[in-house]
Amino acid sequence: MKLALFADVHSNLEALQACLEHARLGGAEEYAFLGDLVGYGADPEAVLEIVEGHARGGAVVVRGNHDEAAVDERKAEGMNAAADAAAAWTRRRLSARQRDFLAGLPFTVRRDEVLFVHGSAASPDQFAYVTDPRAAGISLQAAGGASYVFCGHVHEPVLYYLGAASRPLPFRPVPGVAIPVPRHRRWLAIVGSVGQPRDGNTAAAYAMADLERRTLTFHRVPYDWSGAAGKILAAGLPERLAVRLRKGE
Amino acid sequence: MASFPQVGERIDGYLIEERIHSGGMGVIYRVTPDVDPGFPVAMKIPRLGYGEPGETITTYEQEQTVMSVLHGPHAPRYVGAGDLATQPYLALEYVEGTLLREWVARAPVAPEEVARLGAALATALHGLHQQEVIHLDVKPSNVIIRPGGEAVLIDFGLANHAHYPDLLAEEIQRPVGSAPYISPEQVLGIRTDPRSDIFSLGVVLYELATGGLPFGSPTSPSGLRRRLHQEPIPPRARNPAVPEWLQEVILRCLEPDAERRYGSAAQVAFDLSHPDQVTVTDRGRRLRRAGMATRFRRWVKAAGMEPSSRVRPSAHLASAPIVLAAVATRHGNERLFQLQRDVIGKLMAGDSQVRLAVVTVIPPSSIAGAESEEDIATTQRIKHLVLLKHWAEPLQLPLGKVSFHVLEGSDAAATLVDYARVNGVDHIVTGSAPPGLPLATVWGTFATKLVGEAPCTVTLIRPSAAQVASASAADPGPAGHPPDDDLSPGVV
Repeated sequence: MKLALFADVHSNLEALQACLEHARLGGAEEYAFLGDLVGYGADPEAVLEIVEGHARGGAVVVRGNHDEAAVDERKAEGMNAAADAAAAWTRRRLSARQRDFLAGLPFTVRRDEVLFVHGSAASPDQFAYVTDPRAAGISLQAAGGASYVFCGHVHEPVLYYLGAASRPLPFRPVPGVAIPVPRHRRWLAIVGSVGQPRDGNTAAAYAMADLERRTLTFHRVPYDWSGAAGKILAAGLPERLAVRLRKGE
Repeated sequence: MASFPQVGERIDGYLIEERIHSGGMGVIYRVTPDVDPGFPVAMKIPRLGYGEPGETITTYEQEQTVMSVLHGPHAPRYVGAGDLATQPYLALEYVEGTLLREWVARAPVAPEEVARLGAALATALHGLHQQEVIHLDVKPSNVIIRPGGEAVLIDFGLANHAHYPDLLAEEIQRPVGSAPYISPEQVLGIRTDPRSDIFSLGVVLYELATGGLPFGSPTSPSGLRRRLHQEPIPPRARNPAVPEWLQEVILRCLEPDAERRYGSAAQVAFDLSHPDQVTVTDRGRRLRRAGMATRFRRWVKAAGMEPSSRVRPSAHLASAPIVLAAVATRHGNERLFQLQRDVIGKLMAGDSQVRLAVVTVIPPSSIAGAESEEDIATTQRIKHLVLLKHWAEPLQLPLGKVSFHVLEGSDAAATLVDYARVNGVDHIVTGSAPPGLPLATVWGTFATKLVGEAPCTVTLIRPSAAQVASASAADPGPAGHPPDDDLSPGVV
């Protein structure tokens, strides 16, 4: 059973469509969306349309900080100016049904040995960043014994793995390589961002888990970032958000 | 889980035939699989469970991951693996041949033999590095020489594959590997530099050439750290029969600073296969260790040695390729030569560790058919060597970066393809005439065959017809050498 993992779509329709197509061709049967469906990009309605469809089909969807900010103005406090502007713009665009959908998203979902969460499992509603082995260890500790924690929030793909030592170590995955992830070890995968890659590579990032064979494959999918950036500018969103897509950073 | 199968038992689709080795990490059996893979099979069962060291499971997993994706003749072929939770095992090709350890037992061995075995081992290591694998436990008991002379690395339990999480990296504070053979980086816990294998290769060469170990068998951390700054007694001081070129190669492999070693194992194999082309420096001549000043500098450097950020083996190799310039000493034209040099110059630019082999192919000397064939052949070779060196002069390459080779062969393309394959050449740059010129047919056949069969990148230099025509009119050819009108096919 192949499970496609998408995080940080950020209203980027072109990137989401490219990743979904790639995952479909790769044999994805199940889907999980790891938060931040909206914010930054110019297509919140179309992106939510797609994700809601998958949710009705049984896909896992968890809540991200930008999803909260898109329904609750108070949650946008503390965001940077561009993110705040994008959140305000997104709030005006969403229908009541879409707002309800976002407002009803859970912070975590547990399915058997997998925990899905946007940021750290240690404080799902606080959206702490997992940016180092210490934070990864804390998140794994709080995962209730799950062998796998799949998350987003940090936009660079990283696989933290627990060996014999108590401290997890980070591994920068190579796109397209199926990494064995046996369940007797514990794994925390930051799957990378679909809609706003920040590691200098413009291609959209997602990951595919094969829970029978116990492998995890990180993918990079080139998409029409120029189209997505053009829409951001046309919508009057901060220019910086378009530049980020162009540079992948 | 701690019990091991008996002869005659079956595990999955394998019949246990014979127990061939029992060691600390596990037991190895000869087995017969239900489905014959076409070669003999061995099964390795790790010692897991209570009372067994925890790292056994880690090395077992590491080896399984690496073996399942490695291919080529330099590692045992992968047949299958058992489930870790029920019956872990690794089924691999049983490699026929002789352990390199048996040569070491007879060391010192003759320099030619050291070169032959060393080149085979270096070629094998290059084959692994090209697949992003670093062995990290290169020693005579982990190398099998097949009856045909090819080297095979075994026991990948400590290996590192850049595409997979390094399960052994957690032992970072502690050196992992065999004390006499591990590199200074490994002593510091760094497991990501393919040049570590080149260092261990140097230890093996040293051992074969002298019968002794360059750094002994230290058992304490401070003993291990000594190799970070102290160089070994020069091989020639231990065995005067070691030629200078071989000492040069060995000590360059054993440089404490990885930057000063060979850039790739293929370059080591190249030097071991072309002793006459090795540039001997003070390193090859000295009969004592370097002076105190050098040692002190090294010690200072070693004290500040920091793990560098991770670079994949293939990225290392990309900065240290072997480039072959196939120069048409007989049919060339200065315009073509210049264009070819321009391309080579760009490939060699910067501080990369590119090695250039300048090569030409001449007809076999027997075809010359004269009275004293040998003399004529030698004269011919020298004449073409002179032309090759003249061709390369404008590039002003430092010593040790370039070598010159006159090959004999009636089929130039086939000769070059063969040479490139044997020597691990990464890139061939050769000339080609523009269509429509008198020589175009000969060139065309040559180029088609070379491009079709070369085991690496091929760049064809092709000036425009106008460029060639104007150059031919103005220039009699390289070094005043008149263009040869002998059109024997296939001669470059």
